[in-house]
Amino acid sequence: MPKKIKLTDKGAEFLKQIEKLSGETITMCDQCGTCSGGCPFVEEMDITPSQIMRKTMLGQMDVLDSKTMWICASCFTCTVRCPRILDVSKVSEALRQTKLRQAIDNIDIKDISKEDAEELPSIAVVSAFRKFTS
Amino acid sequence: MKDNIKIPYFPGCTLKTTAKNFEISAIEAGKKIGIEMVEMPKWNCCGVVSSLTSDDLMKHVAPVRNFVHAEEMSEKGTVNDSRMLILCSMCFNTMKNTNRRVKNNAEDMKSINDFMYLEKDYEGKVEVVHYFELLKEIGFDKIAEKVTKSLKDMKIAPYYGCMLLRPKEIGIDNAEAPAIIEDFITSVGAEPVNWDAKGRCCGSYHTVNNKDIVVNLAKGIIENAHRSGADAIITSCPLCAFNLDNRQKLIMEKDPNFKTMPVFYFTQLLALALGLEEKFIGLEDHYIDPKELLKNKNLI
Repeated sequence: MPKKIKLTDKGAEFLKQIEKLSGETITMCDQCGTCSGGCPFVEEMDITPSQIMRKTMLGQMDVLDSKTMWICASCFTCTVRCPRILDVSKVSEALRQTKLRQAIDNIDIKDISKEDAEELPSIAVVSAFRKFTS
Repeated sequence: MKDNIKIPYFPGCTLKTTAKNFEISAIEAGKKIGIEMVEMPKWNCCGVVSSLTSDDLMKHVAPVRNFVHAEEMSEKGTVNDSRMLILCSMCFNTMKNTNRRVKNNAEDMKSINDFMYLEKDYEGKVEVVHYFELLKEIGFDKIAEKVTKSLKDMKIAPYYGCMLLRPKEIGIDNAEAPAIIEDFITSVGAEPVNWDAKGRCCGSYHTVNNKDIVVNLAKGIIENAHRSGADAIITSCPLCAFNLDNRQKLIMEKDPNFKTMPVFYFTQLLALALGLEEKFIGLEDHYIDPKELLKNKNLI
């Protein structure tokens, strides 16, 4: 007998929201693992890119507690390789935005030393704050 | 084809600060090969990274505002090419992404134009072009003819990074098997090495608050370049340049046996090959001093 997975109402709502924000049909993901296999950041992550796809697909909102979405730097390696033409970097962005839109930032300007601030290229600082603040 | 391409040039923030040698070498080399870069009289930061969510239109306003200014330049006739020339890979990617979005989506275009009601509407007449694409358009064989100081003993690792290649709709070449930088390297007389890390991310903005990620990635990239026999790496991204060049300081602290490698902007090598004076190449602005290498190769 095939076993059916039924999402909770809250989980289904979460999936819908991430699909809307990312513009990606996350349930299309086949879990082939190509994104995780090619991700240059995967060693730094606690769960893999294919796992964030799976967890989101199942409406498991604890995906938002993983650090994977913050480690993803939108390098688009997975984007160009996904055999289902899904854009995992957009899903990461949607997950980040879900957190950021609750006014929960992931960087504090006070943590940047004066020395670093003087040395860093402006594009580094601007992009970090765009990705890590609401 | 026009003899002289006179084109609006969008510098972006970093070419005016940590990557001045990128800008000066590009401008001066351009003059030798028929590219006249006319800096836009008005420009603003592009935002560096694209918004990837469907609803976050606000982050596309900055690029569109720049396109409006580029259209004005064409209308005034201060340029003979209506495209917008960009050097920085991140600006290139972000601007091209926004341009595609608003050109393909009339509703988004209207929302942004309505929001910027004090300015002229963007009519969608601008195309974004990268310096590498202009070189290809001029012809790498033509560039080779202008070379006065062949870099014949140099082995160069072509580093594309992310933003010149991906996503596919934005990239300037095949995302998995690019050749444009290799063709450039050959045109200046040097030898491009074949290596694995040409499109691998350097860690990007994690360099601000998660340096370890960048240290690990940059170390892997530079070691890969060494294994392939390269003397140096070239890039067109000021953030990659910072991560690959300046972060070698932290890599050395972590691994005292680490072998350093100079990192150039591709336009520095172009300027060198075209016989430009050193003041237009900006060899002082490197963390890993490239002069010893260039002296050994009898290039300076």
